[in-house]
Amino acid sequence: METYGKGILKGLMVTAKHFLDSYLEDIKWWGRKRYFSPEGIAHRGSKDAKGIFTVQYPEEKVPVPEEFRYIPFLVYDEGENGEKDIRCTSCGICAKACPPQCIWIVRGSDPETGKPITQPAEFYIDADICMNCGFCSEYCPFDAIKMDHDYEIASYGRNLLDINNLLKSSKYYAEIRPLNNALEEAARAEKAAAKAAKAAASG
Amino acid sequence: MTTPAPVETIDPSAVAGQKLVEKFPGAVTADERPGYSGWVISAEKLTEAAAFIHDELGYDLLSSVTGVDYLEEGKMEVVYHAYQTTGGPALVFKVRVAREDPVTVPSVTPIWVGADFQEREIWDLYGIRFEGHPDLRRILMWEGFAGHPMRKDWKEAFHEEEVKPFKSRWPGGEHIFAENRTAYGDNVSFEAGFDPEKWIPTDPEEALYASLKKYKTEVIDGIPTDHILVNMGPQHPSTHGVFRAVVMLDGENVVSLKPVMGYLHRNHEKIGERNTWLQNMPFTDRLDYFNSMSNNWGYSLAVEKLMGIEVAERAEYLRVIMAELSRIQNHFILIGMLMNDLGAYFTPALYAFEERELILDIFEAASGSRMMCNYHRFGGVVRDVPEEWMKKIHGLVFDRLPGKIDEFDRLLTENELFVSRLKGIGVLTPEQAVNTSMTGPMLRASGIPYDIRRADPYGIYDRFDFNVAVRYNGDMYDRYLIRVDEMRESLKILEQALKQIPEGPVNSQKPSYITKVPAGEAYGRIEAPKGELGYYVVSTGKPNPYRYHVRAPSFINLTSLEMTCVDEKIADFVALLGAVDIVLGELDR
Repeated sequence: METYGKGILKGLMVTAKHFLDSYLEDIKWWGRKRYFSPEGIAHRGSKDAKGIFTVQYPEEKVPVPEEFRYIPFLVYDEGENGEKDIRCTSCGICAKACPPQCIWIVRGSDPETGKPITQPAEFYIDADICMNCGFCSEYCPFDAIKMDHDYEIASYGRNLLDINNLLKSSKYYAEIRPLNNALEEAARAEKAAAKAAKAAASG
Repeated sequence: MTTPAPVETIDPSAVAGQKLVEKFPGAVTADERPGYSGWVISAEKLTEAAAFIHDELGYDLLSSVTGVDYLEEGKMEVVYHAYQTTGGPALVFKVRVAREDPVTVPSVTPIWVGADFQEREIWDLYGIRFEGHPDLRRILMWEGFAGHPMRKDWKEAFHEEEVKPFKSRWPGGEHIFAENRTAYGDNVSFEAGFDPEKWIPTDPEEALYASLKKYKTEVIDGIPTDHILVNMGPQHPSTHGVFRAVVMLDGENVVSLKPVMGYLHRNHEKIGERNTWLQNMPFTDRLDYFNSMSNNWGYSLAVEKLMGIEVAERAEYLRVIMAELSRIQNHFILIGMLMNDLGAYFTPALYAFEERELILDIFEAASGSRMMCNYHRFGGVVRDVPEEWMKKIHGLVFDRLPGKIDEFDRLLTENELFVSRLKGIGVLTPEQAVNTSMTGPMLRASGIPYDIRRADPYGIYDRFDFNVAVRYNGDMYDRYLIRVDEMRESLKILEQALKQIPEGPVNSQKPSYITKVPAGEAYGRIEAPKGELGYYVVSTGKPNPYRYHVRAPSFINLTSLEMTCVDEKIADFVALLGAVDIVLGELDR
């Protein structure tokens, strides 16, 4: 070691560069909005990010990617008269696949005959237990349960969600996951077409 | 790229096993249960056989020791996985003993010190006594805990049913809050004649303090000098979570030290044995929560071995990409946090977090979550990485990260203050490192070039050109340098993987929540950023694993902590612990 302190100086050059960058970046962005604008936030999360890196939550929010998963919700299609057509058939696959076992489903039954029908009577998700793994939506054969994007669910009480809290429209779903929704819709249309062709062929 | 001609391979572990049978006729037999492998050694001959395996056969690294409770057969089993640090497959040997208390097995700690914590864990969770163990205390549960929780006939407080899925969820799913299912119902049993009101607890710490080098008063130069006992933690900023070290000090110097752990113990393995095979996947995320991508891989590797399935080609590449990105962010954070431990508050740590955030963005886009990725499925991964995010990975790997690693290097490596705090501190010789079952960067910093990606390749690591990082001094400075080296090697692998990655499906299996796993046992291990992460699983053909064991690198790498800390200063303990790279989620399981 020739000069004691050379290594420290070398290191300090790095911190000095970081310090200067936080100002130089702002000057480079002069006239364009580096803060409180979608481009600015995107830039701060890109590979070219330099200088001030933090995002001022909650004034600024980083957009979540499509696959982002949080507490699940149930999808309903809106009927012609505004009625809620719940996709769930209460088959119970989500409740069986759920690792922390936070889903409780009461299978619906016909009020006259008492036979089980393909509608849930009750649907509970204990969001305090849910580990956001996404298995329920992954293995649901009816695209009926999906993971949400809404991560701001802090509350003063427990988050036991029943069927009324859980239901969200298919429009909302198409909004948050456009690519997935398009794929699923195409698959459903194909299935329906195959079924129709089969029905036509058989009689 | 030319593929080498296939060479006829002889399994060296089979040869070693044959030698073992010849040496101990009658005492060693091959394990011939369907789906099982390895050698069963009689308990009386274990000490001799272990010495032979270590000294003559050269299996110097005892990777994993684990217990299994075969309740129906009335047997307890201890399974050992030993490796050669020159590479190659494991020599698996087992001891089967009758399941009648007291269950005793001779300890192998005189031969492999690395068995220390693992045997304590088995005593704690399975109630198998290891004769000859120097300090057989409970390790994860507290002293005074009744029963041994991993035994198949032990039930936890909120026990609902033996296995998931629980029947009360569907078709008549009545929701009950867990606390309303009282802990004082069916699950609490007292011994006959026990009255909780009259119970006077004994001091649970007595055995712990007795295990330290004795408190004594000496007269030095006419001045009576005491040793001081200091409890570092469980709430202490240096311990990276709820970890506690009891230190006996002579002035500033450490005389002896005992780690105390289990504050975050949730019996991950018991939960794992209630879960179905697939349900364990998100639980593995919660072990080392910095590297859920690696954790997933170890588990899927073990289960895929049992199932005998191939992994989709593109998924193999995605696994490598995610695991190596994970390693880079882990090492960034480690170095940043090590600086915190040394007193360079938060500037390096926040520089490290900047890079980590960018990598976590990729994990989030691919898997849906930044930390709890749950990305792997048996036979592949859950979904492909979107095209635009693939570009982002390219940008990071080719443009940004190489420069950032160099920047870290400039910032720290030659800094005189930093060097003087690290150089020559906490030296671990190669012999010590191997004997205490160190793995990962800890082992390689001591001069043993042992990397599972090279020594016993899994996935597609045999296709990449990279060097096994190795440093020779075994001190803390080398433990820092090796991380920088490893990040550069990881970048090399990433560059190749990104160039070679083919198009195609990302899972070789049909997506299903039901996994059929044939009966048998398997041990899957990967080179996780912290060391060897192994999963030992036993299947009986049912939907749930019969045995699910995690060989956690954070846990076993602490075996050498006392060794490195003795005769160093108390202030260095903080950094020494930081350089081991522990995560409490994995340590306590």
